[in-house]
Amino acid sequence: MAKDKIINVTLKVWRQKNAESKGHFETYDAKDVNVNMSFLEMLDVVNEDLILAGKSPIAFDHDCREGICGTCGAMVNGYAHGPDKAVTLCQVHMRSFKNGETIVIEPFRAKAFPVIKDLAVDRRSMDRIIAKGGYISVKTGNAPDAHATPVQKKASDLAMDAAACVGCGACVAACPNASASLFVGAKVSHMGLLPQGQPERKQRVQNMVWQMDSEGFGNCSNAYQCEAACPKEISVDNIARMNRDINRCGN
Amino acid sequence: MSLHSKEPSGPVNEKWESHKFDMKLVNPANKRKVDVIVVGTGLAGASAAASLAELGYNVKSFCIHESPRRAHSIAAQGGINAAKNYPNDGDSVHRLFYDTVKGGDFRARESNVHRLAENSVKIIDQCVAQGVPFAREYGGYLANRSFGGAQVSRTFYARGQTGQQLLIGAYGALMKEVDKGGVTLFTHREMLDIVVIDGKARGIVVRNLRTGKIESHSAHAVVLATGGYGNVFYLSTNAKACNVTAAWRAHKKGAYFANPCYTQIHPTCIPVKGDFQSKLTLMSESLRNDGRVWVPKKKGDKRRPSAIPEEDRDYYLERKYPSFGNLVPRDMASRNAKEQSDEGKGVTETGLAVYLDFKEAIERLGKDAIKARYGNLFDMYFQITDSDPYKEPMVIYPAVHYTMGGLWVDYNLMSNLPGLHVLGEANFSDHGSNRLGASALMQGLSDGYFVIPNTIGHYFAGTPGALDDVSTDHPEFKKTEDEALARINKLLAVNGTRTVDDFHRELGNLMWDKCGMARNKEGLEFALKRIPELRKEFWSNVKVAGDNEDYNQSLEKAGRVADFMEFAEVMVKDALEREESCGGHFREEHQTEEGEAKRDDENFSHVSAWEFTGVDSAPILHKEALEFVDVPPSERNYK
Repeated sequence: MAKDKIINVTLKVWRQKNAESKGHFETYDAKDVNVNMSFLEMLDVVNEDLILAGKSPIAFDHDCREGICGTCGAMVNGYAHGPDKAVTLCQVHMRSFKNGETIVIEPFRAKAFPVIKDLAVDRRSMDRIIAKGGYISVKTGNAPDAHATPVQKKASDLAMDAAACVGCGACVAACPNASASLFVGAKVSHMGLLPQGQPERKQRVQNMVWQMDSEGFGNCSNAYQCEAACPKEISVDNIARMNRDINRCGN
Repeated sequence: MSLHSKEPSGPVNEKWESHKFDMKLVNPANKRKVDVIVVGTGLAGASAAASLAELGYNVKSFCIHESPRRAHSIAAQGGINAAKNYPNDGDSVHRLFYDTVKGGDFRARESNVHRLAENSVKIIDQCVAQGVPFAREYGGYLANRSFGGAQVSRTFYARGQTGQQLLIGAYGALMKEVDKGGVTLFTHREMLDIVVIDGKARGIVVRNLRTGKIESHSAHAVVLATGGYGNVFYLSTNAKACNVTAAWRAHKKGAYFANPCYTQIHPTCIPVKGDFQSKLTLMSESLRNDGRVWVPKKKGDKRRPSAIPEEDRDYYLERKYPSFGNLVPRDMASRNAKEQSDEGKGVTETGLAVYLDFKEAIERLGKDAIKARYGNLFDMYFQITDSDPYKEPMVIYPAVHYTMGGLWVDYNLMSNLPGLHVLGEANFSDHGSNRLGASALMQGLSDGYFVIPNTIGHYFAGTPGALDDVSTDHPEFKKTEDEALARINKLLAVNGTRTVDDFHRELGNLMWDKCGMARNKEGLEFALKRIPELRKEFWSNVKVAGDNEDYNQSLEKAGRVADFMEFAEVMVKDALEREESCGGHFREEHQTEEGEAKRDDENFSHVSAWEFTGVDSAPILHKEALEFVDVPPSERNYK
């Protein structure tokens, strides 16, 4: 464990009462911050002070605080999930910031992610994409023995790489077009790489991409910002797989 | 009063099959007219909601998150057990059954555990068919690894993200049914109460977390899959939103709470680093396959770990338990870490930590092999601690992880309150007083995919009045809504000087000190006196920000902590009443000469199920006698 060290930082935080109201930045001093605190623990401390001062605490999404549930996320100094590579915001620690630094914190911004309050956004558009085909339609009880179909280790490993997506939406927030292509591509690849996923492969990609478009996500223009922002380092290769599957469907 | 499990008669390995035939059925055409509420979308809730909808029931699925995929099952790392015996190492349904009953220190119901072992095999089939990318060998077949408390390799895994992958499978099945119209999804809803009409669970009252609106929802049966109560300790490996509210509210409406003192302290977590700590992070038990646990032999040895030669190290688990070594069950590994720390051999500045060392495994297998097995865990450890486990041993310490206690259920997973079913960690049934690693995922999915779809029909078809019309027009709904709103307004009106987290931390510290890894009469009696005082102070001095008609995270927390303040009391009471040590419940007064848990089978071979009689009023104890026919109780021996 790194030695305890204390820093002071200034926060510029986006405050917005709800989806309808107009937001604005407010400035807060975060004093005596132990660098071994997580970023969210630092926000906890700021919120405790706001509550005791009779002010409204900063609403932010979080839950597991171990980088797997996909709930947390905000733009920190312009980066989705903050400055560290390949982690969610809850895993960023204050040792990544300098004493005296000003930290700008904003919600993930996308048309398909309306703000709920302050830094909390509504990402149910991603659930609606999954509902259109992000699964294999096997009813409970229908399954054959797990060893009935061997799966090439390489395919299985690639499927796992894609399946590691936590559904946080950082890829959307980082994309200049607010595209969900990496999210959808990862799910299409996860299923499409496995033998179990073949029967529904065509309809899956068509229906999911259709839903992505109708939710108001933008298109992919190969900026690759999604891959850079992804806390699980999901590769843009998955977008290529999705596009290949779409092309195979014909028009 | 004594409680009856309603388990079927006959040999343990035939009970479930014969029960499935004996249970009454609901005709497919009639299922369309039956509404079922499922609260929670973790492994148990999502698998239940999806499977019930596939059968034709109208399912209403509720979760407190913005998306059903956020439930905390997602954080399970290491794996899921199943008696597949693919490695040909002597595993069987009977052995998994045996290991689980023994691992639970003979405090689980044999019939339930056997059913769990039977279902384990089908779970793997189901999940593979869903596309869960379990680890595979080069031949294309599934890989296995070992977990604590077993001498066979029966754990299936998807890197260090097994819970996530299983949950994505169940969530996919759920969303498939949402798309087909069989499930109506209500996200960002917190269950505040259960509605009981004519003695049956007929609906729930929830708060819409976005708008604050209090809503009523009716159904012919209610299924709770709302997880455990580990956050009563404030610091635990649970997610921040995990809470006891749904279970506690059901308890206050008549459902018995069973074995609340059974809590699991997981041996391998990243130690506490400061007062600001908001949660603890688990390092998967699978690490004990290759990591060796040790402390310096000499007290207060402050040398760097690499500077301490082999002869000055004590690999205490390997020394004390040569046949299981580092893979002893969780309760034993945790207690031993505490014992070493209490003796002054703990490491780091706090002295509350032990080493988990991979040096030997890296030398034997190479860094790449270790990286392939545990890479994401090592990365997470580095991110949190700023220390590289490939170079320095990890430092670990036990932390609250899972709760074996929960709402009492019979063999059909129904509580004593007709129509109220309870699944997964929220019930008490399968793990006794200590859960084995990789068994929580198994139980959640067994309950949701394979038990409740069978047993709920039996309730509908076999209970007079169960299928009578039900509507939120019934005055009981309005009354329950009014009570829920009054409580919220009361919380907001206090306007005191201490925050919710401040109170929660104090309660958590008290519970950890007096009702944590080791308990004694004096400490428990102190807690029993202190909790009502703290609760009184909470209700007179808490400060909750904002108002109800808003997305108000401070208010959400306040309601949950208020319930923990009540729940903590029955937990301590249960620990005090159980004058023995078993599994995760270690009473210092009851230990063997070697410091192991000492059970008292003559007086405590029962489930303790508590009946609520009022806040500030003593609960009534009911007992379900436990009988062990196929696995005769013995002293657990892992030497």
